[in-house]
Parts: sequence; C-alpha cells; structure tokens
Amino acid sequence: MLNYIWGCMILTGIAVAAATGRMQDVTNAAIESAKDAVMLCVTMLGVMSMWTGLMRIAERAGLVDIMSEKMTPLLNPLFPDIPRGHKALKHISTNFIANILGLGWAATPAGIKAMEELQKLNPRKDTASKSMCMFMIINMSSLQLVTMNILAYRSQYNSANPSEIIGPGLIATLISTIAGIAVGKFCEKGAGR
Amino acid sequence: MNYIMALSNLIIPLTFAVIILYGYAKNVDLYDNFIEGAKDGMQTVIGILPTIVGLMVAVGILRASGALDIFSGIISPLTSRLGYPNEAVPLTLMRLVSSSASTGLLLDLFKKYGPDSFMGRFVSIMMSCTETVFYTMSVYFMSVKITKTRYTLTGALIANVAGIAASLVLTNILFPS
Repeated sequence: MLNYIWGCMILTGIAVAAATGRMQDVTNAAIESAKDAVMLCVTMLGVMSMWTGLMRIAERAGLVDIMSEKMTPLLNPLFPDIPRGHKALKHISTNFIANILGLGWAATPAGIKAMEELQKLNPRKDTASKSMCMFMIINMSSLQLVTMNILAYRSQYNSANPSEIIGPGLIATLISTIAGIAVGKFCEKGAGR
Repeated sequence: MNYIMALSNLIIPLTFAVIILYGYAKNVDLYDNFIEGAKDGMQTVIGILPTIVGLMVAVGILRASGALDIFSGIISPLTSRLGYPNEAVPLTLMRLVSSSASTGLLLDLFKKYGPDSFMGRFVSIMMSCTETVFYTMSVYFMSVKITKTRYTLTGALIANVAGIAASLVLTNILFPS
C-alpha cells in the first residue's frame, strides 16, 4: 500500500510542478527535505532514547506486569464472552498497557497473541467475534498517554513549550476510546454472535 | 482549564519519579537498564531514518509543486462549513493509513505554521488521539486469517472521528487565538 502511495505522491508532485512551472522549487524541496529528515532524527535520537531507557527500567522492575494484572478485572465487562481467567484477557491487558505507555514494540506481539487466543474461542473462524471487534476498536481508538515522538517533532521545530499538548491530547484520547467502546457495545446488541 | 495545562507540565517528571522510585524499591540496576533501553531507542530511530527521509522528500515535492494547495482549494467549501482547518485535511486522511507518511505531512505543517500556532497545536493533539486504523486492522486480522471484520472498521473510524472533533474543540478552548 505504502509503495503505491509513495510513488503517487512523487509523481503527482512532479506532474503538477510541470503544469505550474515550479520545477526549480521541487528540486530545492527534495534536497532540503532530505536534509531536514536527518536533522529531525538527530533530535529524535535524544528524546526517544530517553523514553525507551526509562521504560526499560519500568519493565525490569515489573511495573508493566503489575499494571496489566491490575487491569484484567476491569476487562470483564468489556469482554463478557471471554471466560474469566482465560489467557486472552492477559494478552489483551498487556496490549492495552503497552499501548498506554507508548511501547509499540511490546504492544503488537501481545495483541497478536490476544487475537490467536480469541480465535480459539471463536465459533466461526473467518468472522470476527464480538470480543475481537471490541478489542480491535479499543486498540485502534488510540490509548497512548504521552506521544513522545510528537513532543520530539515539536521541539525540533522550536516550540516554546512542546509538552503543552499532553493534557489536551490525553482528554481527546479518552474521548475517542469512550466513543469506540460505546459504538462497539451498541453494534454488539444489533449483531448476533 | 488550568488543570489540563498543569497536567501537561507534570506528566513527564511524574513518570520519571514513579518509575525510578519503583525501580529503587525493586532493586533494579537503574542506570544500566536505562542505558540498555536507550540503546534500543537509538536503534529504532536509526531504523526509521530511511523511512523519514523517503517520506519527507515525497511530501516536500508534493508541497513545492502546489498540489496540496490545489487539493485544499477543492475541498475548502466543505471544510469551512465544518470549521475544519483546510490544510489539515491531507494529514487527517493520511493519518488513518500510514503513521510514517502522516509524519511527513505533520512536519510540513510545523515548518509552515510553527508548532505553537493554532494549526500546529491542533495537529499535535489530533495526532496524539488517532491511530493508523487500516494498517493495524490488516496486521491483526490477517494474523488469524479473519476476512469478515463486521463492525470493527465502523467502530474504529467513529472513535477516531470523535478524537479529531475533540482535538478541534479543545484547541479552540485552550489556545484561543
């Protein structure tokens, strides 16, 4: 998909530039952008290393495990079809916690394990179960508390206060997750098993 | 509203404090683990560097050609009726498809308007509460060979639209221009 989009972006740009006579601008933009990309990654190196370093401590101290254990009981009302204590719930809570903390690399493996466990409970193997739909909707409603990369981009472009968007971002994330849960629950009622 | 701003300034120091205190209590080698994790983070960034170069170049070409302006012009009657920042539309659409491609567009808006402008703040908040719906869905469902996804897409899209609308409202309330 991205192969197609990427090629399209460049070809559209060149075609439009040919039509509007902006070839010189396009040449400059291509070179300038490549340089900007490297400068940006230099800023990112610092910010992201700081964050992943901190998160490694949290992981080693068992903080991630404890948080997902604490979360599991909260999941029962969201996933009434999963038997209590089933492995799927553990993977789902690990996935949610990793997403909340912004640990993408930990979230995806746990999420895929959760899907595999949910598939075992699923009577129709080609159709998503209610629990799968709910899990995916919450997962895609964005759960991350602090989007460290956005803060890094903001500071690279000289924001006076890069972190001023954390609070509003958190509220917006909460709203999107609540909306997702509400729609999921509503659709569950309308659909069969 | 001041609480929200105070929270913004508190959350990172607080995260540091909690994690380090907890690490102390659990007798974890704090600094060694920090270094090890930081190494991983560096590798991640170096890993995405080629992607960022590729996409920023593509977006740079697209913008310099004037194609984005033409697109914004076409949809402006619709967005102005909704009160939606016109030039954020390509970013909003791309956000749902690819996180790295949307990063290219995001940085482009930061460059043009600055991160502390209305546009800059709005897109920062919007990017924090949305997700690459199409990519995530295909990875997860493909891993267990599910083809009928029922209301998953509808639910995820509504959740993301709610987040986008909330970002716009919050930016207007918290950062009146």
